[in-house]
Amino acid sequence: MKKGKITVAALALAAGVASSAAGALLITGAGATFPYPIYSKWFSEYNKLKPELQFNYQSIGSGGGIQQITNKTVDFGASDAPMTDAELDKAPGALQHIPTVLGSVVVTYNGPMPSLKLSPEALAGIFLGKITKWNDAAIAADNAGVTLPDAPIAVVRRSDGSGTTAVFTDYLAKVSDEWKTKVGAGKSVSWPVGLGAKGNEGVTGLVKQMPGAIGYVELAYANQNKLPKAAIKNAAGKFVDPSIEATSAAAAGVEIPADYRVSITNSKAENAYPIASFTYLLVYKDQGDAEKGAALVNFLWWAIHDGQKMAQALDYAPLPAAVVTKVEATLKALTVNGKPVAL
Amino acid sequence: MVLVVGGLIVWSLADLAVPAARSLGFFRFLVGREWDPIAERFGALPFIYGTVVTSVLASVLAMPVGVALALFVSDMIPARFRSWISFPIETLASIPSVVFGLWGLFVLVPVLRGHVQPFLAKTLGFLPLFQGPPIGLGLMAGGVILAIMILPTIASVTLEVLKTVPLTLREGALALGATRWEVIRMVVLPYSRAGILGAGLLGLGRALGETMAVTMLIGNSPEIRASLFAPGYSLPAVIANEFAEATGAIHMGALAGLGLVLFGTTLLLNSLARLLMSAVGGAGRVAV
Repeated sequence: MKKGKITVAALALAAGVASSAAGALLITGAGATFPYPIYSKWFSEYNKLKPELQFNYQSIGSGGGIQQITNKTVDFGASDAPMTDAELDKAPGALQHIPTVLGSVVVTYNGPMPSLKLSPEALAGIFLGKITKWNDAAIAADNAGVTLPDAPIAVVRRSDGSGTTAVFTDYLAKVSDEWKTKVGAGKSVSWPVGLGAKGNEGVTGLVKQMPGAIGYVELAYANQNKLPKAAIKNAAGKFVDPSIEATSAAAAGVEIPADYRVSITNSKAENAYPIASFTYLLVYKDQGDAEKGAALVNFLWWAIHDGQKMAQALDYAPLPAAVVTKVEATLKALTVNGKPVAL
Repeated sequence: MVLVVGGLIVWSLADLAVPAARSLGFFRFLVGREWDPIAERFGALPFIYGTVVTSVLASVLAMPVGVALALFVSDMIPARFRSWISFPIETLASIPSVVFGLWGLFVLVPVLRGHVQPFLAKTLGFLPLFQGPPIGLGLMAGGVILAIMILPTIASVTLEVLKTVPLTLREGALALGATRWEVIRMVVLPYSRAGILGAGLLGLGRALGETMAVTMLIGNSPEIRASLFAPGYSLPAVIANEFAEATGAIHMGALAGLGLVLFGTTLLLNSLARLLMSAVGGAGRVAV
């Protein structure tokens, strides 16, 4: 409670400084770090269209974003993982998840093999510590023609709580019962094996310098750093290389509920990359501030249409058309003090 | 003022830790060896172990080097060359810890993995301290980087202490026919032992709380293993790693609890060292 008050004071101060400078309408948000690059691009592009509107986004982590939108200290929150029922119950009003873009988690490795295919069983076995050598039969079976070294596998995983870990462990829990009961899924888990490194950059640094290492990073990060990426066998039995198209395809193979709180890992779609997820903005269904509320809903409308075109250049996967249609209806249902917003 | 701030910090941490203490029990939290945020089972022991092992290793490595450096500067070289040695040491103190961490990751760890650890395993491998696969990353890497980081503290405080040794004592010893080494051993060191201990304590205090460099090198795995080659985890590192994304009052509370444990560990070591200092005595006491 005390903490809440301090945050309010700090934010009020920050907001006061910013708005007194420009005299513009300032919309504040806080949350996930993963979508920060695309969000800041959107905010600056949208500001060019509507100079009277300014955004201030603090990428403090999904947990902090959920906490701040629950305390109403920000106008919108952002989270990689959907909020739980318990978290939603704590909020003073009904919150709506708005999916903005998709991301995926890539398995990267350090070894002499030019390419690597992994079945879900092999992947879970490696991260459970049951498969300890690169030339294990479970890996070799899917990699005919590739010479696998007779070397130990060194598992590298995130040490900081992160949405990337949440998506990765969510996938492992779906494909491996043993993972589900022994480890579970979440932002921080009790890992059976491996070394922990901080952030995508930490995992990359370790994997790059340790022969025989395997780790997981975000697709955007892997692309920008040209890391080797393993193809993963999806639910349809096909080995799929991680790519932006394959990530968008993952959303097509899953029934999307009205509140969008759904895991799209292990998607049934034929060309889907199986370790993918939405990232969300969190807004109240009924906005209290007439001016800000209308501006925010209009911005969201822009983000799911024009904004999507900027996603690919920044290595995010745009929403599939079916999802955009669905979000349109959701945005139309948002209200300001009980009245619908003019779009 | 300091007491008030300290009290407020403890109070707000304790306030945060209440839900965890209720669900886990204070004692079970302290000696628990498991850290499972999903099942909400939290134990502090692996982190206490990692913190103490890396900090003690750092002190053991840095104390002889730091004291030797200070003696070299104060007693062995002409006064006009002193700044040639002391300036680089003090510069070392101003390097940000994340830079130490990066250097450790890209330079120190490969050296440990490729040369130091295989050598230790071959020569001293019968000791449990040096067994297991040489990964590079782990308790040893954390301890060595901390040793480098606390070296300036130890060396510069020791140097100040050595300067307080009265010139008359040194001259007296020399007049009695003592060699330079005998002056150091029989006059300088006994006179300043409490102060040197204080220097070590300041270094240890810095090592206990160091976060960034350690989390980059320690391996971040909550395990208790005898080998220095094994990965570990330290109290500040886990707080920094998990706090931003901690969801749920119990996880948050457990992290706040670790903060209190860190506070307690520092307090305990400080008090012990003070006791030790007053037991050792000596005139060249410095304020710590």
